[in-house]
Amino acid sequence: MSGPIHIQPGETFTLNVGPQHPATHGVLRVKMEMDGEYIVKAETVLGYIHRMHELMGENRTYPQVLPNLSRLDYLGALGYTHGHVLAVERAAGIEVPERAEYIRAITVELNRVASHLFWFGAFVMDLGGFTPLMYAIEDREYILDMLEAVTGSRLTYCYYRFGGLYNDIDDEFVDRARAFIPRMRKSLKKYDALVTGNIIFRKRLDGIGPISAEMCRKYGATGPVARGAGIDFDVRKNEPYSVYPEFDFDVPVYDECDSLARYNVRMDEMEQSLRIIEQGLDKLPDGPIMPKKKPKLIKPPAGDYYQAVETARGSFGIRIVSDGTKNAYRFKLRSPTYSNMSLFDEACEGMMIMDALALMGSLDLVIPEIDR
Amino acid sequence: MGAYFSEIFRGLQSLATGLGITFKEFFKPVVTVPYPFETIKMSERYRGHIELIESEEGTPKCVACGMCQRACPSGCISLASKSVEYEVEVKGEVKTKKRKVLTKYNLNFTTCSLCGQCVESCNFNAITFSKEYNLASGRKEDFHFDLLNRLEERNS
Amino acid sequence: MSLTILNVVIAVVIAIAFAALNAAYLVWAERRGAGRIQRRPGPNVNGPLGLLQPPADGLKLMTKQLVIPGGADKALFVVAPVLAMVPAIMSFVTIPFSENVVARSMNIGVLMIFAFASLGGMAILFAGWGSRNKYGVMAAVRAVSQNISYEIPMLITVITIVMMTGTMNLKELVAGQSGGIWNWNLLPSLSSPLMPVAFLIFFVCTLAETNRAPFDLGEAESELVAGFHTEYGSMGFGLFFMGEYANIVIGASLITILFLGGWGCPLGLFPSVWWFLLKIYLLIFSFIWIRWTFPRTTIYGLLNLSWKILIPISLFNLLLTAGLLKVF
Repeated sequence: MSGPIHIQPGETFTLNVGPQHPATHGVLRVKMEMDGEYIVKAETVLGYIHRMHELMGENRTYPQVLPNLSRLDYLGALGYTHGHVLAVERAAGIEVPERAEYIRAITVELNRVASHLFWFGAFVMDLGGFTPLMYAIEDREYILDMLEAVTGSRLTYCYYRFGGLYNDIDDEFVDRARAFIPRMRKSLKKYDALVTGNIIFRKRLDGIGPISAEMCRKYGATGPVARGAGIDFDVRKNEPYSVYPEFDFDVPVYDECDSLARYNVRMDEMEQSLRIIEQGLDKLPDGPIMPKKKPKLIKPPAGDYYQAVETARGSFGIRIVSDGTKNAYRFKLRSPTYSNMSLFDEACEGMMIMDALALMGSLDLVIPEIDR
Repeated sequence: MGAYFSEIFRGLQSLATGLGITFKEFFKPVVTVPYPFETIKMSERYRGHIELIESEEGTPKCVACGMCQRACPSGCISLASKSVEYEVEVKGEVKTKKRKVLTKYNLNFTTCSLCGQCVESCNFNAITFSKEYNLASGRKEDFHFDLLNRLEERNS
Repeated sequence: MSLTILNVVIAVVIAIAFAALNAAYLVWAERRGAGRIQRRPGPNVNGPLGLLQPPADGLKLMTKQLVIPGGADKALFVVAPVLAMVPAIMSFVTIPFSENVVARSMNIGVLMIFAFASLGGMAILFAGWGSRNKYGVMAAVRAVSQNISYEIPMLITVITIVMMTGTMNLKELVAGQSGGIWNWNLLPSLSSPLMPVAFLIFFVCTLAETNRAPFDLGEAESELVAGFHTEYGSMGFGLFFMGEYANIVIGASLITILFLGGWGCPLGLFPSVWWFLLKIYLLIFSFIWIRWTFPRTTIYGLLNLSWKILIPISLFNLLLTAGLLKVF
C-alpha cells in the first residue's frame, strides 16, 4: 500500500459499518460517509442473507411452507406463523376452534415478551452495559422452557397448523405461565431501576434519533417505531383478528419521537402482554384443538387474500394469491423491519456515529426478516 | 443553578440504585448448568431427529406408504420397500396376499427443519421424534441417518 | 555501596513482579467478579476456581502470530504496547506499601506518578494512528481528548491535598493521616469541608484516566469493533491488557494513599502492609462493580462531565481550601 492518506479538512471518508459488526444485529452493511465523527450520508446495503422465502412459498404446497415462516424473524417466530396460518385459513375457509385461538394468542404474547426481552438485552449491550443482557436472557429462558415443553422447539416453532394446533397444552403449562407472570413483573421493576432510571442511559437516549410521525408515514414504519412517534396504530386494535377483541389491554403511545420514547413503548408493551396472557389463561375454554372437518389437501379457491398481524416489530402482512392449485401463485411477505430500516438513511444524517448506532438499536432490527 | 446541582444529585442517586441492584445479584446463585459435567433432561416433546417405532415383534411399524416422504418440505426422507407374499387363512381357504416391507429408510438430517409434517402425516404411528441433541461432527455423512439400521441396533 | 545498589535492584524487581502478577490475576478477578454479577460462574475449568486461566491465556497469546498490517507505521505500531505497559510498572517503584516497604521513596513522588501516567495517553495515540485503521484513529482521538480532559480535575484535587499536607512525598502524605479513620483525608475537616466531594471527583477521574467503563470509549467494543487496539493480536494485545490492569492498581494505590490513609488501620492500632492491600483490593472491586453495571457515556457527555462539572467543582474546592487554610 502507498504512504499515509491525507484527509483535508472538509473532506469526508467512507466508513463501512460492515456486514461483520457487533452492533448491527445480523448481516447489515451501512456505507457511511463521515466527517470526523459526524455522518454526512448513510447508505444501507441489504441482501446479504436473502434466502428466497417468497419463491419457496410458490414452489411448495401450503403445509410445506410452515417451517419457513419461523425462520423469517426467529426471535418472534410465533407471530409470523400466526399471520400465515390466519391468511391460509381465511383463503381456504377453515374454521378454528376457540380453544386453539386462545392458546395461539397466549403463545404469541409469550413470544412477544421473549422477543422484547432479547431486544432489551441487546440494546443495552450496544450502549455498553453488558449485565442487563444476562438478566434478560435468564428471564427469557423461563419462557423458552415453557414453550419447549409444549411445542418441542425453543426458537423456530412449527406449532400452528391450518385449523388449530399440532398438540394441546397441559396443566403444567398453565401453572408455569401463571407462576411466570408475577416473576416477570418483578423483573420489569428491576430493569426500571437498573436501566431506565440510570442517568448515563437517559443521557444516551434522551432527544437522540428523532423520528417524526411524518417520517413514519412517509416510509410506512409501524410498530413501536410509529408508536414512539405519537401514531396510535396497533393492528390488534385497529384491524382486530383472532380473539384479540376479547382481551382488555392498552396500547402504549409516546409523543416524544426520540429513542427513549421507543424504548418506553417496548417496555410498556411487555407489561400489556402479561395482562393479555393472564386474561387468556383465565378465559381458556375446553374443547378440541383441530376442527372436525379438515380438508386433506389445501387448495384455496382462486383469489387474493391478505392478513396483517401485529408482531414484535410492527405490522407483518402476508398476501397469498392463489390460482386454485395446491401451490400458491404468489406469496408476498410484507416485512415490518424493511420499512423501519428505510428510515435510517434519512434519520441519521448529521448525527455522531454513537448516536446513530443507538438509533439503530432502538429500531429493533432483525436482518433476516428484511432480506427474507 | 439549582437545576445544575439537583441534576447532579439525582444522577448520583440513580447510579447508586443501579449499583445496589448488581450488588444484590452478586450474592444470588449461579444460573448456569455446568455442561458437560451436568446435563439437563430433555422435555417429553423435544424434537430431535425422527426415529422408527417398532411393533411387538421387533419389526418397524412402517408400511412404506410414502406419506412422510411426500409431506416433507425439504425432501429429507427417502425410503424403499419390497413386496412380500404371505399366507393367511380366510374362510377356511389359504390365500396368498402381498404386502410391502420396508427395506430402506434414510433421513438426511442436514436439510431437516424439524417441522413435524412427517410425524403428523403418518397414519400408522410409525415415526416419532427422538431426544438426540448431542450431535456434532466434522463430516456431512454423519448426518445421513439410516433409520432402519438404528432400529436394529437399538433392538440388539 | 554495592549492597545499596543490590537493595535497589531487588526492590525494583519485586515491584515489577508485583505489578505483573497483579495485572495477570486481576484479569481473573474481573472475569470471576463479572461472572457473579451476571449470575454465571466465570472461568472455572482451568485449574481449581479457574486460577490457571491467566497463565493459559498468556501462553495462548504468546504462541499466536503477531500480525503487522501492511502500510502500518511499524515503529509506532510496535512501540505502542510497550509504552502502555512500562510507565505503569515504573510508577510502582515510588508507591509505599507500608512504613518500610517501598522500592525508592522520592520527595516528588506524586509528581513522578502523574508524569508517568501522561505517557499512557501517548501510547493510545500511537496505537490508533499506527494501525492505519479508520476505527483505530477515531477511537484514539476520542481517548486522547478524554485523557487530557480528566487529568485536569485530578491534578487540581491533588494540589488541594498537597496544599493541606505541605509535602509531595507519598510516605509523609500517609504519615499525616495516621491514627485512625478520623484523621483520613476522606472526611471533611476544618480547613477543607468538601473533602468527600474531592474524593468522588478523584475516583471518577481515575476511572476515566484508566479507560474503564463507563468511560471506555477508546475500546468501545460494540461500536468501533475494538477501538484503538483493533489491529493488535497476540502479545501486543496482551501488553495493552496488562498495562490497563497495572494502571488500575496504580490508580487504586493513589486513591488509598491520598484519601484513605495508606497503610493505616481504621482504628489506628496496627498499621501494616496488609491494610494497604485490603484497601487497594476493595477499591478495585468497586471499579469492577461499576464497570459491569453502567452503560457507556457518549463522547460529548464525557467531555461535558469533565469541563462543566468536575473542573468547576474542583477549582471551587481548591480556592475554598486555600482560603480556609489561611484562616485555620
